[in-house]
Amino acid sequence: MSTASKKSTRHATGSGMERFNALRPGTNIAYSAMFILLAFLCVIPVIFVVIISFSSEASIGKVGYSFVPAEWSTEAYQYVWHLRNSRGIPTVVMAFFTSIGITLVGTVLGLILISTMGYVLSRRSFKLRGFYTTLIFIPMIFNGGLLSTYVVNTQLLGLKNTYWALILPLACSSFYVIIMRTFFQTTVPDEIIESGRVDGASQLRIFAQLVLPISLPALATIALFLTFAYWNDWYQASLYIESSKHDLFPLQYVLVNIEKNIQYLANNDMAMSANSTALPSETMRMAIVVIAVVPIMFSYPFFQKYFISGLTIGAVKG
Amino acid sequence: MSVQTKKRKKSRFTLDDLQLFFLSLPTVVWYILFCYLPMFGLVIAFKKYKVAPGKGFLWSLFNNSAWSGLDNFRFLFANNKTTTINMFRNTIGYNIIFIILGVVIPVTLAIMINHIRSQKLAKVTQTAMFLPHFLSWVVVGYFVFAFLSTDNGLVNRTILSFGGTPIKWYQGEAAPYWPWILIFLHMWKTMGYSMVVYLASIKGIDESLYEAAMIDGATKWQQTRYITLPMLKTIMIIMFIMAVGKIFNSDFGLFYRTTRNSSSLTSVYLTLDVYVYNSMFNNPRPVYGYISAAGFLQSVLGCITMVVANTIVRHVDNESALF
Repeated sequence: MSTASKKSTRHATGSGMERFNALRPGTNIAYSAMFILLAFLCVIPVIFVVIISFSSEASIGKVGYSFVPAEWSTEAYQYVWHLRNSRGIPTVVMAFFTSIGITLVGTVLGLILISTMGYVLSRRSFKLRGFYTTLIFIPMIFNGGLLSTYVVNTQLLGLKNTYWALILPLACSSFYVIIMRTFFQTTVPDEIIESGRVDGASQLRIFAQLVLPISLPALATIALFLTFAYWNDWYQASLYIESSKHDLFPLQYVLVNIEKNIQYLANNDMAMSANSTALPSETMRMAIVVIAVVPIMFSYPFFQKYFISGLTIGAVKG
Repeated sequence: MSVQTKKRKKSRFTLDDLQLFFLSLPTVVWYILFCYLPMFGLVIAFKKYKVAPGKGFLWSLFNNSAWSGLDNFRFLFANNKTTTINMFRNTIGYNIIFIILGVVIPVTLAIMINHIRSQKLAKVTQTAMFLPHFLSWVVVGYFVFAFLSTDNGLVNRTILSFGGTPIKWYQGEAAPYWPWILIFLHMWKTMGYSMVVYLASIKGIDESLYEAAMIDGATKWQQTRYITLPMLKTIMIIMFIMAVGKIFNSDFGLFYRTTRNSSSLTSVYLTLDVYVYNSMFNNPRPVYGYISAAGFLQSVLGCITMVVANTIVRHVDNESALF
């Protein structure tokens, strides 16, 4: 159904009723004012940090972190650019691309793992279906805990200090598998799969060429869940990446370690140029926060609707 | 199902089944490696685990570590008593508060925003309130720092400009404030997301129900009480069971990052997760048995609470149970 026709029918049947049932003007204004306030409350810290990152270090010393800095400056970003690793690549640029790489690889891998399992579980005729349902259900209510997970990942799988440690543990989750299965069950008609089988296609072909193309909305939802989870992850890095392995740091983990990094740079900087002024360490970390937040800020409003549809699919229990 | 049909079903493992099996094989392997192996790792809780240099984990576990019975669970008493009490009080206490507020506030907000006349305003504010959900606790930790930093924070600078005494927010003297700060931050970060979940359910309610109610002269409050809330019951209960199942877990980033892991505030934010993490990574001589025992308790108690909560719900209202 097109949005236009939906709107017009609702208008025809509901407009009088809606007007009759609407909030009183006073209440409406009070509600609206409250939500505007809440919205500001959610956005203002981001604006605040952006302002701080464009303040000069001297201004921080004078008026503290303030919405109206005494002096504007881009020195924080210039210094961030000069924060280099041993190979002369800016630490933040390196970390930025590490984050992007991990996010891309993880999202693709996660999509493969989640959608294949979701598809297999949605096939009612599959002999192992009951067993698989149990297999993905148990981890939802029981897990091995941090220590045994850590020991298995480092000592058995050898993931310590590798990119895979940041990718593999987050790639799949029972919750996403169930969302996918529910989607396949409710929106992919059995006739399509039957027709593929009549034509002699293998299950892999049916899945890849018939089912996936009509499942793009669900795939987009899962992809977004995964993308944001990978981009925001610092916890895996704090577990599996030693703090001396700077080149493996994703952006979020640079933020965790930034105090040490700035200290390191300050020492180096002193050695290199005697007349250098103090590093803008206060504004620098806020600049890196801004670099980590900006991609999210500008992308999530466009993807929000997929999130919401994902939440509603997820709410359907199975 | 009778034994005979079961047998027949098993024996007819068709080509189709084989293909589906191979299609799902990578995911099954993932589950075994990342979910089931760690579960077996829980036996560490009942062992005196010692790493054998140069040997693998399994060898260390089975050949180098003696069984120790319930010895490791002495960790509960090995620390001083207040640490243990704090740990459980914080984990469960914060979770109970989060569960209650996490239902009441978002449901109220969802009902309210659904009533706002201007759809445009509703959409914009909803989007803005969704933002914190997409930020990591590391980033939020810096937001908090911008406000609470002792020297330069906005709060202390404001206190100073009014002639008051600044508070050292990341030290023991601020401990009474932190429970409120943590609760506020949790709500700040999750409110928008939960509101959208409930709002999506509200939008799905058949409008003719409201029209019928209006014709019968029901007030707004009555419509909410007798239509909206009952229709939201299932999703509320599902969210509730999920939250109860995680009552022994905690949002690690909230407790660890926003407090900057300040040692003088430990009593306020020490949860089981923080205890496990700190004993693994910030303790020069970690006792693996104790850590694993804490993890074991967390997993088992969480599993039990979830099953119990679900059983109770199933008895009260079969439709709403999660499993």
